[in-house]
Amino acid sequence: MSRGCFQEEHGIFRRNFRQFIEKEVAPYTLDWEEKGEWPKSVLRRMGELGFLGLRHKEEHGGAGADYLYTVVMAEELPRCGVSGFPMGIMVHTDMATPIIGKLGSPEQVERFLKPAIRGEKLAALAITEPQAGSDVGAIKTSAKKDGGEYVINGSKLFITNGANADFLTLAVKTAPEQGLHGISFFLFPTDTPGFQVTKKLKKMGNHSSDTAELVFEDARVPKEYLLGEENMGFYYIMQNFQGERLIAAVAAVAGSQLLLDLTIQYAKDRQAFGRPIIKFQVNRHKIVDMATRIAVARSFVYDVCGAFNEFDSAQSADPAHAVPFELVKEISMAKLFATEAAKLVADECVQLHGGYGYIEEFPVARAYRDTRLLSIGGGTSEIMKEIIGKIMDL
Amino acid sequence: MKLLVAVKRVPDPEAKIRVKPDGNSIVTEQLKFVINPFDEIAVEEALRIKEKLGGEVVVLSIGPSEAAEQVRTALAMGADRGVLVKTDGAYADPGIIARALAEVAKQEGFDVLLMGKQAVDTDYGQTCGMLAQILGVPCASFAYKVEVEGESKRLVVVREVDGGLETKLIGMPCIVTADLRLNEPRYASLPGIMKAKKKEIRQISLEELGVEVTPKLRVESLEEPPKRQGGRKVGSVEELVRALHDEAKVI
Ligand SMILES: Cc1cc2nc3c(=O)[nH]c(=O)nc-3n(C[C@H](O)[C@H](O)[C@H](O)COP(=O)(O)OP(=O)(O)OC[C@H]3O[C@@H](n4cnc5c(N)ncnc54)[C@H](O)[C@@H]3O)c2cc1C
Repeated sequence: MSRGCFQEEHGIFRRNFRQFIEKEVAPYTLDWEEKGEWPKSVLRRMGELGFLGLRHKEEHGGAGADYLYTVVMAEELPRCGVSGFPMGIMVHTDMATPIIGKLGSPEQVERFLKPAIRGEKLAALAITEPQAGSDVGAIKTSAKKDGGEYVINGSKLFITNGANADFLTLAVKTAPEQGLHGISFFLFPTDTPGFQVTKKLKKMGNHSSDTAELVFEDARVPKEYLLGEENMGFYYIMQNFQGERLIAAVAAVAGSQLLLDLTIQYAKDRQAFGRPIIKFQVNRHKIVDMATRIAVARSFVYDVCGAFNEFDSAQSADPAHAVPFELVKEISMAKLFATEAAKLVADECVQLHGGYGYIEEFPVARAYRDTRLLSIGGGTSEIMKEIIGKIMDL
Repeated sequence: MKLLVAVKRVPDPEAKIRVKPDGNSIVTEQLKFVINPFDEIAVEEALRIKEKLGGEVVVLSIGPSEAAEQVRTALAMGADRGVLVKTDGAYADPGIIARALAEVAKQEGFDVLLMGKQAVDTDYGQTCGMLAQILGVPCASFAYKVEVEGESKRLVVVREVDGGLETKLIGMPCIVTADLRLNEPRYASLPGIMKAKKKEIRQISLEELGVEVTPKLRVESLEEPPKRQGGRKVGSVEELVRALHDEAKVI
């Protein structure tokens, strides 16, 4: 835990945040899994305690802390016992809102960012559409200028927090003929007439997080809600979601470690043929392989976190400063390796549990389903390889 | 109001403790340490008194250099500054701790000195009594509720005693030890944690304080509790009763 780039104060924060998760979140998460969502009261509580604004600027109501505090948060969230709630929270704190802090006008900061950091408004990030996931340039939802307003039409799919969000950080086409270079971002209040949550999707896992289909029919927003510059959206996506992608790698490693720890205990307790199943060499080796893979993943992920933190601390004054290609490559590698490792670990942990691993009462069954998302959401493994290949000039 | 709080660095109560092969100390590599939970409650109480009446909260710890981390944690909760008396790994019994605390308390001066009712690692619960004796001040232990009585420089302390509550009125300066239900300690906020980095922790050694460092207590040996045995199925109530009576000897 004290490895990598952390300092004493990160450790103090870790213990505090862990206590919060264990005391105020973990006892309720199984309930939320049943309900298919988590309550906004937790968001408010986390806002009160300052957990929603770790790396946001102080003048926006954040703590102005370095990226490593976010890493700590992502490592500790899985202790709540499920993956859905952590995903919902991280989408709010680290996917949908940091871009407002970087590009937002004073009015946007006041109306959207500050209430989000206080936990009064829930945010979602809406990019994916029925016909456009990996291929972001193919999105069709459009925003047409009409006087002082933009008129938005289209639909979004697989949107985390979508059913309950108070506003969306929304990607649309403002210049459909320009492909990737015709994308813009808007801040979109969900009480806008013409907006509808058409479906709450049933999922394989991550049940405590709601995932929605959204429809926009002549939904009008003031032009002041355009975030950053028109048609710069794809550039913003590439620039602003690197730290978030790395967080997926961090969460994958932390979740795998918890799952492995629990499985080791199980393998020590479970008897077969007169001895604990961990006493069979084949199982022991399996566990060692997993532990090794997790250790290697963690080491690389921490290394990249350190590099990203350095970049992030140095550039925070200048939002236009691009993440270096070399770092983008390593972040993509970290996500690729850690999430694939997590899938492997989840699969083997179910195997070590035998039939019990298939039974809902055992946390490993849920973890297996939840983990499956990691190599799909936030950019698939194949897309990571495409990015890496391009940067390697292959 | 000048408030001193003594905090001890102890192994995380949730951690698995292993005894070293030498049989009189524990394995500390990889072990996580925290503020003694009762001391954390004492810090919280001091902060609440300060928030009501103003003043200063100074955190004291006697322990290895690493105990600076626990002092820093208390500073992150909101205490103003810290004093760390370094033992440099030597064993310090409650008598040494009490004398060291007394020296610092004399240097600092105080209205109320708070600490946990006991440390969860050694469970001695002796330090407060010894300290009160050395300083010649009253001590209210096991506090369940603490209130400052108007401007009077007196404390109303409600204590948990067998079968009920006892209310005491004691004059300041005084010592109060915190029981479990005194309050619910706050989480250190992130701005608090970052501010704590800049707060002062004065570090001194036991020798510099002029405290005699030869302990009067010696740890003879430590033993791990017996390993839990797996359960056993019995065939009938009679067999169960017999086993409880003859083997477990609990009925
Ligand atoms: C639970 C959940 C929550 C989500 N939350 C959000 C959210 O909050 N906001 C949001 O905007 N989106 C969200 N998503 C969407 C997610 O980001 C996309 O599902 C993901 O990016 C993949 O897009 P897709 O589903 O359209 O798959 P597709 O792009 O159709 O991909 C299908 C398959 O083809 C592969 N493929 C595609 N292109 C290539 C290529 N060039 N080379 C090789 N293989 C390729 C992919 O790797 C994949 O295996 C969420 C998804 C889920 C399941």
